Amino acid sequence: MNALLEAVELSYWQASVLRVLGVLAAVILPAGGFVYVFLFKMMSFMQSRLGPMEAGPYGSAQLLAEVGKFLQKEDIVPARADRRLFFLAPYIVLASTFLLLVVMPFGPDAYFANLDTGIFLALGLSSVSVIGVLIAGWASANKYSLIGGLRAAGQLIAYELPLVLAVVGVVIQAGTLNLQGIVAAQHQGEIFGFGGIGNPFLITQLVGFVIFLIATQAELTQPPFDMPVAESEIVTGYITEYSGLRFLLFFIGEFATAGAFAAIAATLFLGGWAVPFVDLDDDIMNVAGPLVLFAKMMLVGFLIFWVRFTFPRFREDQLQAFAWKFLIPISLVNIMATMVFKVAF
Amino acid sequence: MTLTEAQQLGYINAQAADGRINVELETDDGMVLNMGPQHPATHGTLRLVARLDGEQVTSADVMCGYMHRGYEKLCEVRSYPQVTTLVNRIDWLGSFANEVPFILAAEQLMEVEAPPRAMWIRTILFELSRIANVSLFIGDLALQLGAQTPAFYAFRDREFVLNQIESVTGGRFHPNFDRIGGLKDDLPKGWIAETKAAMVRLRAFCDEMEGLVYGNEIFQTRTRGVGIIPAKVAQSYGLSGANLRGSGVDWDLRRDANVGLAYDQLDWKVWTHPDGDSYSRCWVRLQEVREATKIVDQLCDGLPGGGIMAKVPRIIKVPEGEAYVATENPLGAMGYYVVSKGDTGPFRVKIRSASFNNISVASWLLRGVYVPDIITILASLYFILGDIDR
Repeated sequence: MNALLEAVELSYWQASVLRVLGVLAAVILPAGGFVYVFLFKMMSFMQSRLGPMEAGPYGSAQLLAEVGKFLQKEDIVPARADRRLFFLAPYIVLASTFLLLVVMPFGPDAYFANLDTGIFLALGLSSVSVIGVLIAGWASANKYSLIGGLRAAGQLIAYELPLVLAVVGVVIQAGTLNLQGIVAAQHQGEIFGFGGIGNPFLITQLVGFVIFLIATQAELTQPPFDMPVAESEIVTGYITEYSGLRFLLFFIGEFATAGAFAAIAATLFLGGWAVPFVDLDDDIMNVAGPLVLFAKMMLVGFLIFWVRFTFPRFREDQLQAFAWKFLIPISLVNIMATMVFKVAF
Repeated sequence: MTLTEAQQLGYINAQAADGRINVELETDDGMVLNMGPQHPATHGTLRLVARLDGEQVTSADVMCGYMHRGYEKLCEVRSYPQVTTLVNRIDWLGSFANEVPFILAAEQLMEVEAPPRAMWIRTILFELSRIANVSLFIGDLALQLGAQTPAFYAFRDREFVLNQIESVTGGRFHPNFDRIGGLKDDLPKGWIAETKAAMVRLRAFCDEMEGLVYGNEIFQTRTRGVGIIPAKVAQSYGLSGANLRGSGVDWDLRRDANVGLAYDQLDWKVWTHPDGDSYSRCWVRLQEVREATKIVDQLCDGLPGGGIMAKVPRIIKVPEGEAYVATENPLGAMGYYVVSKGDTGPFRVKIRSASFNNISVASWLLRGVYVPDIITILASLYFILGDIDR
């Protein structure tokens, strides 16, 4: 986006407004798309019902109705809550999601920031949301919230490791931390000499992809890893006391983060915004790239939400054991194997 | 002695203090977590006060009575035919089954016996209530453990059974169909074929759940070895139904003490599981749904002809005496102790409902488990709040 903005020579404030609108679109559109397509429609069809059908054609305006509903709701703050922290928490969670998308490339020139440490920064920023969740759990002055917040902290830290280790394999294979570089590496790569479709790391890093998806599921606190918000045990965990706009922020945060992680997975493993047989520098990709990326995000999102609506949840200790005793050793083996192949070929 | 206003207020305050949630996040002996009376997992108004050490429960108390509706007392001011309206609200998911033992007790006192056709239709409806009740349990169990989808499948397929109950009795939830000496009506036309089709559907549902829920590895890790009730403990707490059979005790009132229903003329099996954990209790229930569909098939095939009502006087007066009749209801053994003084209504009714005994083992079970296990154990014990509090 920077390069695009320079090309049309806008003043600073105009460029800033465009950037803000761009980030908003990058966060809100996938989040809204995920909620409508997966939460409203796919879940309903899986559960042999229709989902929202009345608001707009095929229920497509239901999202607006939901947002309107939440905006009207009374904003209740518990009497014993730590008011300032209570207000702050949802913004921290949402901010980490916004920052995640800053480093995402959407096309050859369509990006907000092209950093050489892109994926490193993205994974670092994704863990900032833990702080928001912990604050929400503590500031609510509610035992369910506190248990939920602590569970979330333990879980997010445990699953941060397999997430990072799964990415390391990709980074070794691409030879760069830059997300544009990773896209280019996949587009121009070869699988054992066959370069017809490039080398989407999905194929050579399949183990990494699966581990990444599992860890993403845990980072998003979705079933089977939804212990922090387990509604049949601790009501809704750290969100229990939130209502109205602040609940909406958490809700948007949840699905926008799902979108952001799907975008990262699509970029790392499915070739990002690039498509085979189309040149990387082709200007058309500045327009088509975001759409291609969005289509790939929906594919990843489908996997994430399919699991979400199917499985029961782990217990807290089983969940920790799964991360430390199963995922981390496997991802370490994956890194070793990747290094051996990298050196050998 | 009359109380002063201050004394009354003091009493009310003391009562309120008992029910008040302990808001301290940390006390000397860990944290006190109050679950309920309003809590998503208690599906009703059960209250659970658990003392926690981290995520581990050191002790837990079950408090019930938040939904007490005084049915035993209300029965005393109703005539015998009116009582069925009350009692089928006890276990509201398998409501027809609640009427049967009461009617059987009244018939025993009057020395009336329902004609064979009525007896067989009663047994069909009894088993249909079991299927409606327990198939919903299977979906609810998955929901408690975090899987949303099976609950919808359970609601979808229970509908077939409810439709069948509705087309006979006119009521989906509260049929109020059983009469002293027989039944209100005969079966409608074409009902047998429809029911058999529904049973095929329900067997498919059982297969689906066996794969989707019971075969799931996460489900197994959550339930296997959690909440083990040894057979001795199960018997000493007076558990019944699948909770007892899940502990390996082969005891089923339908087979062992059959009164007034057609079970002794059928070919069926009592399922037990030796493990005694949450999984085995849920597994036994699933097998019982499947067995019940086979029982209904057999009953439909062999349905005898004849009338559906024995000769009873228009105004029912039950001769003096006492009777206790228990049947194997969906939740376990349910019995009515009816005392009659020769009036149009019972003098005293004592209801032995299964859930009250089943939930009593909870505080014994919940020592030393993790907070998520509370939900697993409560879900696997399977209580209906109306059945606990009556």
